[in-house]
Amino acid sequence: MNVDVAFLSTWALPLVFLGPLIAAVITFVLGASAVSRLIGLLVPLGVFAVSVALVIATMDGQVVVSQIAGWPGGVAIAFVGDLFSALMLGVSSLLVFTSMVFSYAAGLGIDRWFVPAVLVMTGGVYGAYVTADLFNLFVMVEVALLPSYILMSRRGTLTALRAARLYLVVNLTASTLFLAGLGAVYGVTGTVNMAALAGLGVLPVVGVATGVVVIALSLKAALVPTHSWLPATYPYTSPAVTALFSGLLTKIGVYALVRIISLVYEPGQLVTVIVVIACVASMVIGVLGALGEGTIRGVLTFHMISQVGYILVGVVLAGAVGLAAVVFYLIHHTIVKTSLFLTGGTVEHEEGTGIIKRLGGLARAHPVASLAFLLAALSLTGIPPFSGFWAKLGVLNAAADAGSILVFAVALIVSVGTLGSMLKLGSGVFWGTPKGMREEEAEETPSDVTVGPETVGATGVAIDVATAVEAPPVTRWRPLLVIPGLALALISLGIGLYPEWLLALSDTAGQSLSEPTAYVTAVLGGGS
Amino acid sequence: MTLAIAVGFLAAVGTWLVVRGGAVRLILGFILLGHAANLIIISAGGAFRREAPLVDGQLLAENAADPLPQAFVLTAIVITFGVTVYLLSLVARTAKQSTKVEDETIGRVESEIDPATDPASDPASDEQGGSS
Repeated sequence: MNVDVAFLSTWALPLVFLGPLIAAVITFVLGASAVSRLIGLLVPLGVFAVSVALVIATMDGQVVVSQIAGWPGGVAIAFVGDLFSALMLGVSSLLVFTSMVFSYAAGLGIDRWFVPAVLVMTGGVYGAYVTADLFNLFVMVEVALLPSYILMSRRGTLTALRAARLYLVVNLTASTLFLAGLGAVYGVTGTVNMAALAGLGVLPVVGVATGVVVIALSLKAALVPTHSWLPATYPYTSPAVTALFSGLLTKIGVYALVRIISLVYEPGQLVTVIVVIACVASMVIGVLGALGEGTIRGVLTFHMISQVGYILVGVVLAGAVGLAAVVFYLIHHTIVKTSLFLTGGTVEHEEGTGIIKRLGGLARAHPVASLAFLLAALSLTGIPPFSGFWAKLGVLNAAADAGSILVFAVALIVSVGTLGSMLKLGSGVFWGTPKGMREEEAEETPSDVTVGPETVGATGVAIDVATAVEAPPVTRWRPLLVIPGLALALISLGIGLYPEWLLALSDTAGQSLSEPTAYVTAVLGGGS
Repeated sequence: MTLAIAVGFLAAVGTWLVVRGGAVRLILGFILLGHAANLIIISAGGAFRREAPLVDGQLLAENAADPLPQAFVLTAIVITFGVTVYLLSLVARTAKQSTKVEDETIGRVESEIDPATDPASDPASDEQGGSS
């Protein structure tokens, strides 16, 4: 297949950032109309098309560069599309599209701020994926964050406002730290061009200066020990917004960490040990925290921390093999986690609550949504034939390659915890006795003390009792709420059944991340 | 040296204000922390060179100030300004909605704050919020 590389570098790369911003202005002027909602759907589709073209152009390890304003390489701010960026663009735009469909179905489209805010946010995220300049990355992150503050507090309830304030404070801290780190990096190297920083991490001063940036980014990525803000903020906004945030904002942190650590530091430095410890701690703490949460999104959010550990551990393990595992896991996780958030969001929208204790037995009335949840949960746990299996296999493979028994063992054991938290959601929300019926039961039989243990203990008996009681009228869930989550779960299944192409792409991306010569020469070498 | 001391002082006071809690202190603290970060960037360009880089088309390299950190700082100031304004409005809205101005996570309640030093906890605005 032929892709016009000149067209990509001249137009497509700057447009993935500028396009959504221009569209945001247009939709803001238009207000909450059908046209602006349509634009909100078309922009992610357009970015997806660009990302497909970029993947085709870069799948042999080539790097597409756009030196902004035509300045020579090293002086100009460069927008770079390599395979890793292209894959991230693709998966992000895909999840933005599905989340937009879900948000419209959930009624968020009537808010005139919603579509413009999401467009600006996604523009910042896409920009962060393609920029090759640390300061530009800072600006992109801020562009993505400012509308996210609006989205976070838009719900207007007091808990949402409080969560928004905490979220703002955390991100402001991270941004200030990022800025200080940038100053330090510029002070010791005289450049903030990521390509020019390649391999400089072996010098102690550069290593420490970049370390400040790494800490700031790990705060944004919610890596342990800077994770505790995540479960205190994400569950309190609208479900669709949580899905968008989880797929976009924490992922910028993860993406930037992968890019910077692999580019600046050399394998075997002290920082690799620190990152491994942080990742292993994330895996364990995230999954344990998830077991203790009482709401659907609480479990899922805490679980993200664990998954961030899984994703990032490969960065510092086993070079190209580890980085390939990172790329694959990042893509898999973005798809599956968004699917789970959307299905969980469907439950919240349709049942009016996300508290697990108040839910139950939804599978009976809503088999399709339950199937979507089941598929995504199995994929997240890492059971074949889902994409999660290959993702976990990649991590285990990298750990074995690096001879790290600790990572190997923890990654395996934590999978059991993942299964546990997914079972908690599954049995609490979808399987078992429908909650409404259980309450009726309790009203009808005064001696509910004897019925209580029975319904909890023996599921078979409980269902028999439940069917005997007259079922309350079941309202069908809106299909447009269910379909996005199902579609993403099916994509995960599809990747799991035919993983070869994505594994091959991840291998190439991992290869070029571990040996970034093509990236460096493309950015610095004054290319077109 | 002056810059280093200034950065240290701003960062120390800023951190203290942020950690103390209280909505307005939080915002002031972040403003100071932002200034500290900006000064770090300015000092990264080398504060000893202060001449204009281009005079009559001639490049004065040895004494010329580095323009890049100044551009960075300008951008950062604008961003910090925007975020600060949003944070202020958020605090104002939270205050309107609740008599407890303080964040639960900080664990302080209204009665513990001296109204004289904390305008956000002004009882008058709280009463308004309570009635609406």
